[in-house]
Amino acid sequence: MIANREAYGNALVAIEPEHKNLVVLDADLAAATYTKIFRDKFPDKFIECGIAESNMMTVAAGLATAGMLPFVSTFAVFASLRAAEQFRNSVCYPHLNVKVVGTHAGLECGADGATHQVLEDLAVMTSIAGNTVLVPATPIATRELIKLAADYVGPCYLRVGRDKVNELYSETTSFKIGGSHKLRDGKDVAILAIGSRVEASVKAAELLKEKGINASVYDMYSIKPIDKAAIKEAVATGHIVTVEDHSVYGGLGSIVCQEVCALNKPCPVSVIGVNSFGRSGSAKELFTLFNIDVEDIVNAVLKQLN
Amino acid sequence: MDSNELKNLANKLRYMALEAIFCAGSGHPGGALSSADLITYLYFKEMRVDTQNPHDPDRDRFVFSKGHACPILYAALAEKGFFPKDELKKLRHIDSFLQGHPDLKHTPGIDMSTGSLGQGISAACGIAMAGKKQHKNYRVYTIVGDGEIQEGQFWEALNFAHKYELANLMIILDYNGLQIDGTNEEVMNIDHLKERFSSFGLNTLEIDGHNFAEIEQAFRQAKNCKDRATIVIAHTVKGKGVSFMENQVGWHGKAPTQDELNRAKAELEVA
Repeated sequence: MIANREAYGNALVAIEPEHKNLVVLDADLAAATYTKIFRDKFPDKFIECGIAESNMMTVAAGLATAGMLPFVSTFAVFASLRAAEQFRNSVCYPHLNVKVVGTHAGLECGADGATHQVLEDLAVMTSIAGNTVLVPATPIATRELIKLAADYVGPCYLRVGRDKVNELYSETTSFKIGGSHKLRDGKDVAILAIGSRVEASVKAAELLKEKGINASVYDMYSIKPIDKAAIKEAVATGHIVTVEDHSVYGGLGSIVCQEVCALNKPCPVSVIGVNSFGRSGSAKELFTLFNIDVEDIVNAVLKQLN
Repeated sequence: MDSNELKNLANKLRYMALEAIFCAGSGHPGGALSSADLITYLYFKEMRVDTQNPHDPDRDRFVFSKGHACPILYAALAEKGFFPKDELKKLRHIDSFLQGHPDLKHTPGIDMSTGSLGQGISAACGIAMAGKKQHKNYRVYTIVGDGEIQEGQFWEALNFAHKYELANLMIILDYNGLQIDGTNEEVMNIDHLKERFSSFGLNTLEIDGHNFAEIEQAFRQAKNCKDRATIVIAHTVKGKGVSFMENQVGWHGKAPTQDELNRAKAELEVA
């Protein structure tokens, strides 16, 4: 079992042969983002930027104008907020081929506490025109989405967590930008989740099954563009619950609500997410404390169905 | 092209920029005029660019970090032949590719979208870094504003330029002394610049940014410096060339009237 950030470091090494113009930038966090795996293998293609994320983001823009493929890596809180304006104006506005990978996202970041637990990155990143936003839930998903991001020409943000996670996919599972995966099929309710909350949703579906409720579970790994067909399919169950380790504003829940409301026959959507700053603790403790854990998903489903 | 020809060309570009700003009804004349001689030297004496192949991977690059002064850059690009001069009169119009700040996606000859201060120099560092990584021998030039260096990111970029010995990068500070809210000193001190830049490990030069002989010498010295990035403190006059605009804070960001444009034309001795 490995963390998605470690899968990220491995994926960078894996894509290098097909992307000779690849360069990886980090801001003194190579050991934490696991870009050190790439750095140790390709030192000439690694650019240490020091603790200066704003400059790093814009340097990446410059590299991209000259035909290089920069992957910018730091904690998601700095990638999406400290360097947000640089990403907007110097990367997305000119639609440059820069990939940004933010690690340690969400409450999952854990003991470091509220300053490092970004809960706003998806809100910021999805609102920037021309950006693509992906959230892998597992190491295989991370590997595949990094490959897709590298093949795609244009700005892309990937949100990656800190902790080791169970694998939910097989070596041959395929992903696509704008896609999703249905991990369980059920006709009573659809649970749409991202990141670490996908596995929690699968567990919730198992508990619901014991209560006679059949829940579909979708991994909505492509936040922007979102899989509209999957949302339509989810609406057909008549009940949707969304789950994310992110603010209830501007993330998966908001986007799903926006899509559902545009349909002729919408359905209720319960949004499970966070609406406060986090605190220090283990990821598991925080998920429970901030009501985004398995039990909360089960309760939200029961409440909506009743 | 000798110094006198460059001076005349610079004044022609000054007028073209002012006329564009007049047609737009808004824009930034003061900083455009202070950069005019430096931009003229870059595009008509120094840089290897090809108007028929604006994306040539081997071309020299220019990043106008003080992007608000872009009318002077647009004038140079039009004069050079990247696009028809008539386009200048559509500056800032709804159907124009000449945006209020440089847009690399839609304007031929623009190497980087800029306008948010402090970022252009970082992008220039990235382009210079790419040149080193890809073993290209192009050079990268950027002009930064004096108010702009109050941005923390500017100093982050200097650290980067120093660490990676970006000898293919030349940073030019358009030091006209004025910014929107007043003089540099009134707004936020930027004194002891030569000492500051030297202490960052950069090849630091100081010139009169309106003297073509000094400009030429600075470019030569920058090219000859093989182990460090060069930064040039170019002392300039905001509104240079138009008497009633010179050293006037009020001309940072407003368009001239028809009468003012006519007077400017006469002073610049443009046919």
